[in-house]
Amino acid sequence: MPQNNYEYFLLMPQIIIAVGIVLSVLIEITTKKSEQILPWFSIAMFFGTAFYSVFNINQNFVLFSGMIEVGGKPAIFNFIFNIGAALVVLSSIDYLKKYGTYYGEYYILIQSSVLGMMVMSGAKDILMIFMGLELMSICFYVLAGINRKKLSANEASMKYFLLGAFATGFIVYGIALLYGATGTTSIQNLVENFVTYSSNIIFVLGFVFFLIGFSFKIAAVPFHMWVPDVYQGSATTVTSLMSTTGKAAAFSVLIIVLTAVFTFNAPNVFRPYFATISALSMLFGSIVAISQTNLKRMLAYSSISHAGYMAIGLAAGNMFSVAGIIFYLAAYAFMNIGAFTIISIVEGEDDSRTDFDSFSGLNDKSPVLAATMALFMFALAGIPPLAGFFGKYYVFIAAIQSKLTWLAILGVLSSVISVYFYIRVVVVMYFREASEDFKINISPYSLIAVVIAAFFILVFGILPDTLMNVILSALP
Amino acid sequence: MILDYIPIFLVIIVSIIFGAVVIFSSTLFGPQRPTKIKLMPYESGKNPVGTTHERISIKYYLVTMMFIIFDIEVVYVYPWAVEFKKLFGEHGIFAFIPMLIFLVVLELGFLYLYAKGGLKWD
Amino acid sequence: MSSIPMEYYLILSAFMFSVGVAGVLIRRNAIVVFMCIELMLNSANLSLVTFSSYLGNPIGQVFVFFVMTVAAAEAAVGLAIIIAIFRNKKTVNIDEINIFKW
Repeated sequence: MPQNNYEYFLLMPQIIIAVGIVLSVLIEITTKKSEQILPWFSIAMFFGTAFYSVFNINQNFVLFSGMIEVGGKPAIFNFIFNIGAALVVLSSIDYLKKYGTYYGEYYILIQSSVLGMMVMSGAKDILMIFMGLELMSICFYVLAGINRKKLSANEASMKYFLLGAFATGFIVYGIALLYGATGTTSIQNLVENFVTYSSNIIFVLGFVFFLIGFSFKIAAVPFHMWVPDVYQGSATTVTSLMSTTGKAAAFSVLIIVLTAVFTFNAPNVFRPYFATISALSMLFGSIVAISQTNLKRMLAYSSISHAGYMAIGLAAGNMFSVAGIIFYLAAYAFMNIGAFTIISIVEGEDDSRTDFDSFSGLNDKSPVLAATMALFMFALAGIPPLAGFFGKYYVFIAAIQSKLTWLAILGVLSSVISVYFYIRVVVVMYFREASEDFKINISPYSLIAVVIAAFFILVFGILPDTLMNVILSALP
Repeated sequence: MILDYIPIFLVIIVSIIFGAVVIFSSTLFGPQRPTKIKLMPYESGKNPVGTTHERISIKYYLVTMMFIIFDIEVVYVYPWAVEFKKLFGEHGIFAFIPMLIFLVVLELGFLYLYAKGGLKWD
Repeated sequence: MSSIPMEYYLILSAFMFSVGVAGVLIRRNAIVVFMCIELMLNSANLSLVTFSSYLGNPIGQVFVFFVMTVAAAEAAVGLAIIIAIFRNKKTVNIDEINIFKW
C-alpha cells in the first residue's frame, strides 16, 4: 500500500516497461500487423527507459518500505539492459524474417525479461531478487526454444530449462536458510549485520547455496555445463541477449548481496569461493575455446572465461572492483551483442554458416562487416585502446589492491591464451580465400545495431574515465 | 516425547488389523463360484471396451495447464479478501486498486490465450 | 505443533532436498528430472514455513506463496518445452537428446 503516491512516479523505468508489456499484448491481440509494429514499439520503449534512467542517475531512493531502489547503481544497470535489448530487437527484425518464424511472443518475452532484470538490479529485498530472477529466467527458457520446429532449439531450451530450474532450487533453498538465520529477507538488515551473521553456520551454508545458484546463472566453471549447448542451439539474437544482459543481471544481484563487503569493508568470507570459480572459469574457458570450430560455440566458451574475469572483481571485494565489474559488463554487452549480430547476418537458414570456414574471405564480400567483426574480436581479446581492455584493467587493478596478485596474473595469462582464438577469426576473415560461395544479404537494421555497438566500444575505450566517473559517482 | 505418539500408532495398527480381517474373512468363509461375467470390470452393465491405461489427448494437457496457471491466482486473492475490511479501513480505495490491476493483467493473459486459439479443441 | 522440535522439520526438508538433487543427477527421464526439481522447491518451502512458524513472523509464509506461483509458471513452461521436444524427437530421455556434445 502506498505511503506516498509519489513513489509510483519515481518507479518510472519499471512502470514504462510494465505498461509497455500490457500494450504489446493488446497490440498482438488486436492487429494482424504486429510484426511491423511491435519491434519499433519495443525499441522506443527501451530507449526511453534507458535515457530516463541515465538522466535520473542522481535521484537515488529506496521505495515501498525498503523493497526496491531506483537511481544510482540500478540506473546504470537499467541503461545496460535497455540499450542491449534495443540492439537485440533491432537485429532480430530481419533475422526472424530469414527464418520465417515470427511469433508475436518474441518481443513480448524480451520486454518481460528486461523487466525482470530491472527488478533484480534494483532489489532491496531477497523476495524482489527471486521474483526478478524468475521473470527473467522463465522468459529466457521460452526464448531459447522460440524456434519450436527445430530440434536443436528444442534441445537447447530443454537443457537450459532443466539446469536453470535446478539452479533455482538451490537459490530458493539458500534463501530459506538465510531467512532462518536472519529472521528477515531485507537486504538492509543483511548488510548491517553481515559481520555478525558470518559466524553463523546456517547463514554461511544458505549463502553458499545462493551463490552456487547464481554461479549457474553467470555461467562460471564448474556450473557451466549448459552454456555451450544453449548458446549454440538458441537463435543467435536470443543468445546475444542472454549472454550479455542476463549475465549483467546475475552480477548485479551478487553485487547487491555482497554490499557489506564492497561498501563497508566487511571481511569477505566468500573470497576463496569466488577466487576458485574465477580462476577455473578463466582458464577452462580460454583453453577449451581454442579447439572450437563453430563461432557461436567459441563465443560461448569465451563467455565462460569472461565470467571468470568479472568474478575476480567479486573476489577482490572493494569499492573499485564493483565499478570495474560494472564497466566490464557494459563493455562486454556491446562487444558480444555486436559479434553475435554479425554472426546472425552471415548465418544462413537452418543453423548453417556459423563455422570459421563461412567467415573466410569475409573482407572480400563485405568490408564493413569484416572491419566491425575485427573490432569486436580485438575488444573481446582485450587489446587497448578498446573497451574490453579497460574492463579487464580495472578488475585486475582492484584484485592487486586486495592482495590477490596471483589471480590477476592468472587473468593476464588467460587473456594471452584467449588472444589466439579471437585473432584466428580476424586472420580467417582477411587472409583466407572464401571457401564457400554465398551472398550475404546485409540487413540495414542489423547493420545499424552493429554500428551502435561499435560506437559504444570505441567511446568507452577512448574515454574510459568518463564512464568510470559516472559509475563511481553512482555508487554510495 | 515419543511416548505421546503411542495412541496414534495403536490406532494405525488396530485399523490395519480390522481392515485386513474384514477383507480376508469374506474370501475365507464365503462361497466362491467364479464365472466370466462375474470377473468382468463393472461398467454399469455394458461390456468393457479397450484397456484401462488409455493415453489422454495432448489437448487435455494444455487445458489443464492453463487451469493451473489461472488457478494459482487464488493464492494472492484469498489473503487479500480475508484482510480486506481492515485494509479498506486503513487505505480506502487504495486497498482495492492494486488487486484490480493484478486481476486485469491476469485476465489480459487469458484474453491473449483465447485470441491465439489456445483453447480450441481441434 | 510447538512440541515437535524445529530440527525435525529441517532434517526432513534437508532430506527432501537431497532426494531432489540426487534425482536430478541420476534420473534420465526429463519429466522425472523435472519432478525432482519441484521436490527441491517444495523442500525449500517446508524450511521457509518452519522458520516462519518458529520465528513468529509471516515473511516466510508470504515467500512460500511466491515460490508456489513461480513453480506453477515454471511447470507450465517446462512441460511445454518437453512436449515440443517430444513432438520432434519422440523421446524424453535426456541421454538420447544429444545433437550437441554434452
